Amino acid sequence: MNPAFSVIVFSTLSGTGYGLLALIALATLMQAAPARTLLVLLPIALALVTIGLLSSLAHLGKPQRAWRAFSQWRTSWLSREGVFAVATYVPAFALAAALLPQAIDGGGVATASRGNAWAMLAAALTLLGAIATVVCTAMIYASLKPVPAWRHALVLPGYLLFALLGGAAVLVAGLAVSGGAVGFWAALLALSALVALVIKPAYWRAIDASPLPLTRGDAVGLPQRDVRVFERPHTQGNFLTHEMGFVLARKHARRLRMIALVLFGAVPLLAVALALAWPASAPAALPFAAFAALIGTFVERWLFFAQARHLVALYY
Amino acid sequence: MREPELDLSPTPGDEVRTTTCYMCACRCGIKVWLQDGKIRYIQGNPAHPVNQGVLCAKGSAGIMQHYSPARLEKPMLRVGPRGSGEFREIEWDEALSIAAGWLGDIRARDPNELAFFTGRDQSQALTGWWAQQFGTINYAAHGGFCSVNMAAGGLYTLGGSFWEFGEPDWEHTKLLMLWGVAEDHDSNPIKLGLGKLKTRGAKIITVNPVRTGYGAIADEWIGIRPGTDGLFAFALIHELLRMDRIDLDYLVRYANAHWLVVRNEGGADDGLFARDEDDAPLCWNRATNAPARADAIDVQPAVVGEVTLPDGRRAVPVFQLVAERYLDPQYAPDAVSERCGIPAATIRRIARELADTAFEQAIELPIKWTDTHGRMHATMTGRPVAMHAMRGISAHSNGFHTCRALHLLQLLLGAVDTPGSFRYQPPFPKPIPPPNRPGRTRQPNGVLDAAPLGFVHGPEDLVVDEHGHPRRIDHAFSWAYPLSAHGMMHTVIRNAWAGDPQRIDTLMMFMANMGWNSSMNTAETIGWLTDKDEAGEYRIPRIIYADAYASETVAYADLVLPDTTYLERFDAISLLDRPISDADGAADAIRHPVFDPATQPGPSGAQRDVRGFQSVLIDIGARLGLPGLIDETGAPRYRDYADFLIRHERAPGVGLLAGWRGEDGTLEAKGAPNPQQLDRYIANGGFWRSEIPETARYYKMANRGYLDWAQRMGFLASGEPIVLQLYSETMQKFRLAAQGHGAHVPPPEHRERVATYFDPLPIWYEPFESAQVDDVDTRFPLSAITQRPMFMYHAWHAQNTWLRQIAARNWLYLHPDTGARFGVVDGQWIAVRSHIGEIRVQAKFASNVQPDTVWTWNAIGKRRGAWRLAKDAPEGREGFLLNHLISDITPRGDYANADPVTGQAAWFDLRVSIEPVAAADASAPQFAPIAFTGADNKPLRYGADLRRARALGDKS
Amino acid sequence: MTALPPPSPKKLGLVIDLDTCVGCHACAVACKQWNAAGFAAPLTDEQPYGRDPVGVWFNRVHSYELAATDFDTPAHDPGAHDALGMSTSNTHACASTVPLAQLDAQPAMTLHFPRSCLHCETPACVTVCPTGASYKRAEDGIVLVDESKCIGCKLCSWACPYGAREYSAVEGVMKKCTLCVDRIYNEQLDEAERQPACVQACPTRARHFGDLGDPESKVSKLVAERGGVGLMPELGYEPVNRYLPPRPRRAGPVDEAQAPAEETLDANALPPVLRWLDRVLSR
Ligand SMILES: Nc1nc2c(c(=O)[nH]1)N[C@H]1C(S)=C(S)[C@@H](COP(=O)(O)OP(=O)(O)OC[C@H]3O[C@@H](n4cnc5c(=O)[nH]c(N)nc54)[C@H](O)[C@@H]3O)O[C@H]1N2
Ligand SMILES: Nc1nc2c(c(=O)[nH]1)N[C@H]1C(S)=C(S)[C@@H](COP(=O)(O)OP(=O)(O)OC[C@H]3O[C@@H](n4cnc5c(=O)[nH]c(N)nc54)[C@H](O)[C@@H]3O)O[C@H]1N2
Ligand code: SF4
Ligand code: SF4
Ligand code: SF4
Ligand code: SF4
Ligand code: SF4
Ligand SMILES: [Mo]
Repeated sequence: MNPAFSVIVFSTLSGTGYGLLALIALATLMQAAPARTLLVLLPIALALVTIGLLSSLAHLGKPQRAWRAFSQWRTSWLSREGVFAVATYVPAFALAAALLPQAIDGGGVATASRGNAWAMLAAALTLLGAIATVVCTAMIYASLKPVPAWRHALVLPGYLLFALLGGAAVLVAGLAVSGGAVGFWAALLALSALVALVIKPAYWRAIDASPLPLTRGDAVGLPQRDVRVFERPHTQGNFLTHEMGFVLARKHARRLRMIALVLFGAVPLLAVALALAWPASAPAALPFAAFAALIGTFVERWLFFAQARHLVALYY
Repeated sequence: MREPELDLSPTPGDEVRTTTCYMCACRCGIKVWLQDGKIRYIQGNPAHPVNQGVLCAKGSAGIMQHYSPARLEKPMLRVGPRGSGEFREIEWDEALSIAAGWLGDIRARDPNELAFFTGRDQSQALTGWWAQQFGTINYAAHGGFCSVNMAAGGLYTLGGSFWEFGEPDWEHTKLLMLWGVAEDHDSNPIKLGLGKLKTRGAKIITVNPVRTGYGAIADEWIGIRPGTDGLFAFALIHELLRMDRIDLDYLVRYANAHWLVVRNEGGADDGLFARDEDDAPLCWNRATNAPARADAIDVQPAVVGEVTLPDGRRAVPVFQLVAERYLDPQYAPDAVSERCGIPAATIRRIARELADTAFEQAIELPIKWTDTHGRMHATMTGRPVAMHAMRGISAHSNGFHTCRALHLLQLLLGAVDTPGSFRYQPPFPKPIPPPNRPGRTRQPNGVLDAAPLGFVHGPEDLVVDEHGHPRRIDHAFSWAYPLSAHGMMHTVIRNAWAGDPQRIDTLMMFMANMGWNSSMNTAETIGWLTDKDEAGEYRIPRIIYADAYASETVAYADLVLPDTTYLERFDAISLLDRPISDADGAADAIRHPVFDPATQPGPSGAQRDVRGFQSVLIDIGARLGLPGLIDETGAPRYRDYADFLIRHERAPGVGLLAGWRGEDGTLEAKGAPNPQQLDRYIANGGFWRSEIPETARYYKMANRGYLDWAQRMGFLASGEPIVLQLYSETMQKFRLAAQGHGAHVPPPEHRERVATYFDPLPIWYEPFESAQVDDVDTRFPLSAITQRPMFMYHAWHAQNTWLRQIAARNWLYLHPDTGARFGVVDGQWIAVRSHIGEIRVQAKFASNVQPDTVWTWNAIGKRRGAWRLAKDAPEGREGFLLNHLISDITPRGDYANADPVTGQAAWFDLRVSIEPVAAADASAPQFAPIAFTGADNKPLRYGADLRRARALGDKS
Repeated sequence: MTALPPPSPKKLGLVIDLDTCVGCHACAVACKQWNAAGFAAPLTDEQPYGRDPVGVWFNRVHSYELAATDFDTPAHDPGAHDALGMSTSNTHACASTVPLAQLDAQPAMTLHFPRSCLHCETPACVTVCPTGASYKRAEDGIVLVDESKCIGCKLCSWACPYGAREYSAVEGVMKKCTLCVDRIYNEQLDEAERQPACVQACPTRARHFGDLGDPESKVSKLVAERGGVGLMPELGYEPVNRYLPPRPRRAGPVDEAQAPAEETLDANALPPVLRWLDRVLSR
């Protein structure tokens, strides 16, 4: 599949944004981070989400009609994603409003104190909304039968994991910069990086090992024949070959995978280790890790597209 | 949500015009729907006899041809050097007076200094007649490089031919053999026919080094080595004779199998038919053991056995010569198998299948008919084996004989014009050879005694001087190519440059891209077009060219006469020219203007000022005062081509169009001009068709009903039967001349050649390029050929954005084994070399090809800048022509690279070697880009406004 | 809207005969021209006269080579020498898992394959559409795009395994085969012309149009008779269009013994032409 820049930017940034949003909500619910930091991070999360969504608009042929995309939530994961993406802004703003007094109050730990059911509700809804959005994003891909690599069981967990990884990286960076305690969140970051280092290669191995499940013979209705391309319908490219016919050389793929693993896996792990071992380095190391994770996720997303073969390639 | 409401019955247009397609020479009927003065769409005309409603890719893309940015807008006079493409636009008046000035001087001096050569739409009924009025013998149409072997091979054997002048009996045939056909001129009829065969479950065998197109759907593919079909045919004939599976009854009734041939080695009558005092050929009647007229009935003709004629001469029947020759072991399947690349067992099997289908599966149609002897037949026997052949046979230097070999094969099976076999399309069959001979001498009024092209009946008809040297600029009808019935367009430019046999002044060409894809040896040809003499003048002093588009050749013209598109002019598809008849009826058609070109702005946005070439030719003719083109007062006789079509009579009552003749339009074929004739055509969808009576549709060569009908229609001068010529006495006359007999003998240098290739029975010989290049099998081990793509017509569809999207470039296709043999990998750049040159192109593997053959699509490669394509368009970058490798002369350099009988260009004799080279980003050779302005390359949104207009219309 | 309507009894679609298709592209261009100014106009062409011409086409004709399915294909069939890619590379090794012996022996072949929308029964191209622009007509099953709603997200093109959706970057909307919905019911056309442009144009008449939901229709009978197939049924899209596979090729008996009886010439009787000496012929 053609790794369209706008789509990859979208899924990287909004994935990270919703991950961050979810962790902010979680931290609020768990009372596990300073309200002021969360309140600073929350707009950052929304900014990531918004930039991502705007970027996805850039991918549209008719962005001015984007509102129509909310209508088909009964069947379309893209529509559902749109609905959840936008709907999540509401609890997110409510959460910001709920955090505001506390932040002004003196920067204590964010609390959904007993008297503040609204804040609790906002946080819970934000958390659910963010997760749902990411699930929908993943399901857009995971539901596409013509792209077997996207139908893999690790796609949905992968999307959630990278949202978590990205969100945690930014959260930890925020905490570190604001001088807050990073302990639990850093552990979460390290854990998600570790899991990512395991499941992403597993996913790659799986897709490498499974060629398209159907043959060119199946594609032309002659499943028992061995079919080779003689001539394409058009000697130059067309929409299908541009959009679906993208092929990435193995050599490049290998290099990019290494780069991605280092950026989203090794760097955050090392940064966490460094920050724990030598806390003074945290304000520098952890933002760097967040940045690396973001770029690593971007590369991972790029590969997610570039390495996915669409069945229509059988015809070409 | 509800489904949107759709307008399910939108208007297909405001009006529809029914005319004739000219995206290729098949000439299908089309309906052009217009909306708001623009083409909404073009469909096939279901009522039309040629295409019955279907339409090919090119036909559908007519919209893009009509609106092409490569259209010329105005007459142009060259300002830059030839080939640069720099011109100044001029008014028609100036253009016509320049042309008339040049030509007038020529006519006063020596009309032969005009060489007038026409290409695609030959309009020969007009152009040939015009040349005759002008008085030049230097006229030809492009058939000489196209497929004259096919035409002549047929006309000198059957009085008809493959090409689009005959067709398989699609309704009845059970076994079709296609020899060297990729697309054919009869594109849509063949496809319709193949569809019918498939529906009926008939078997299709394709003989072709490449298995694409029609071959893809054939039951059996014979991947023959190029140039060896004659041998394969002989082996089939050998088998049929050996098994005695031949239709001798047919052969003595309809062919000359029983005619006696004089055996008198060294004598002036050797090999001629034994004739009686009335000059009628004789046969040997076994019943009386005496000679009898060969056309006598109630005789028992002998087909073998030497006899002594009453005058003491010895003679044998034709069939004996046939049997002796082809029973020879050199034609046994085992003997030819290796050269042809076909297993002997396959050859034997196919011979048996042919015989089995012809004889065991013979059909009888319950149609009563009367033969030329007055015998009534209750049924028509059919031999349901049909053959069709085209350029795979004819584009070789042995093509004439190979074509005759195929006809011989058909005749032995009794499979010519019987139900289920090959069938003639009227006006064929014609007498063998057809009566009209080439024009040679000028009458006092300057008009040639006959049209310049015709059929040579013997050495006396050649157009040579007293030394036996060619008189025509193309050397057609000379001892070198005696039966070159269509002229030899492929030799004109070299000879005009060389002044051989004479200097010419003006080369006038129409609709032929001779500066590119239709010339052999393109680079050198371009050189000749631009070469200057010592005085600094172009050696070909003047070039006038009529094209409708900015083709490569336009750049070489001094004066460009811009033609209209095919939707803007009158044209005639005349029975006097290349008819569109089918086997059941005669037909002709017209093209009539759907648009006035003045209302069709050109690519620059300016009003186009273009004129139909035929009208221009008539105008120039009148300005020159050519006899047929002015009236008694000296005024132009015809207003324009439309007027000519209506009023011109070739012979009293015979004009270019056969329909609705007579003053009130009630007559067919013959009758006084009808002023309403064109309106009647238009009202009838642009065509006229007259059915052959049902009893007259088969056995046309000897069917009383047919011959009478054809005579009534003016196709035949007499109702005499046409006897099919297994053995060609015409050929033998040339051979005798080469042996020194008769008043017309070839100059010594041609004698051996004429004696060799004028064998009265089909022969096979190694194509010249293979025979004359030393060590050809090691130096140039591969054959290289081209094929027609079904979706493009030669060069002219490069400008068509819909069609160029299908193929904007080509590759050289080779078998993977061949690649391995030469160290080439798929997609690699390779050097392809022939004995005259080298091209560098990209290779592509495909295993649907005979492994000793490489091939590519024809005419995809373009010169940069031509057709107003972007300078970096794939056509010019990666696209290429094989033409650069094809020599226009034989390796020995003594003759044109052509068939020695007909002069047909031997495109497919090409032998090459291949070798991997470094990757490149463009093919080689490349030429300086032509300076035409590039087309507007912004996105084309054809139809957007039509949809918008419809939507608005719906609302109002 | 992108919810699929209940299955309609009427299922309009195309039947394409691969045994007859010569790969002429007539259907592709006829489709292009009818639709260029029709329901889905325009079918924009970018760089029409430039380096990389690319336009919207609803129908594209592919050409393939089919390897032979046995090793006994007559030796004159050079394509078959390379059957299953034994001689060169493994890039065209047989992907089929069916043991060769179980297949009817088939020679190597060239196959032309026109590809357009199959008007699937359960098409994900419709259900993934976020806007309702894509829909399947309840009445006859035709799958269409309502361009006025389309946002050009291209998701439907990803969801179509058959490559039948065509996006135009210039127009910003998705386009696709309309089954010529503006022809087949068009009362302004003669009844005989109410068929898709591609079907009308096809010079070999390899394309057929009709109601595949009606077992009595001509197309359904053709499918039954010729063993028409839907493409990639395992994906569950339930295409309506059917392809008629190439019929077995008949090369004739390879075994000479099975061939029709032959008369042989007695090689000792010299010269051989004398066998016809006593032949009684009449004219
Ligand atoms: N290598 C190789 N070369 C070949 C062949 C081959 O098989 N292989 N085939 C040969 C054969 S058989 C042929 S017939 C030739 C064909 O070759 P050409 O006769 O040169 O055919 P085109 O390239 O179509 O060029 C015809 C010219 O007609 C112009 N034209 C198109 N429409 C009109 C019109 O309406 N009016 C006017 N006045 N001009 C118009 C075009 O712009 C073009 O310049 O090619 C020959 N060349
Ligand atoms: N679409 C389209 N139609 C056209 C044209 C066009 O350009 N495009 N051109 C028109 C013109 S001008 C012409 S002359 C006709 C020509 O019509 P065709 O004769 O059908 O065309 P070609 O493509 O020249 O080639 C004929 C076939 O001969 C095969 N062949 C080559 N050498 C041999 C051989 O030695 N033996 C055998 N058995 N086969 C061989 C080639 O592989 C090719 O398939 O088509 C006309 N129709
Ligand atoms: S075959 Fe095609 S291009 Fe040629 S006349 Fe017919 S429709 Fe036109
Ligand atoms: S072929 Fe593709 S576009 Fe057409 S209905 Fe099926 S899934 Fe949709
Ligand atoms: S591109 Fe248009 S039709 Fe396709 S899914 Fe998106 S909105 Fe629907
Ligand atoms: S049915 Fe109509 S839209 Fe569909 S491929 Fe055929 S011509 Fe094109
Ligand atoms: S028009 Fe007919 S024969 Fe030609 S490619 Fe299309 S389906 Fe095949
Ligand atoms: Mo030709």
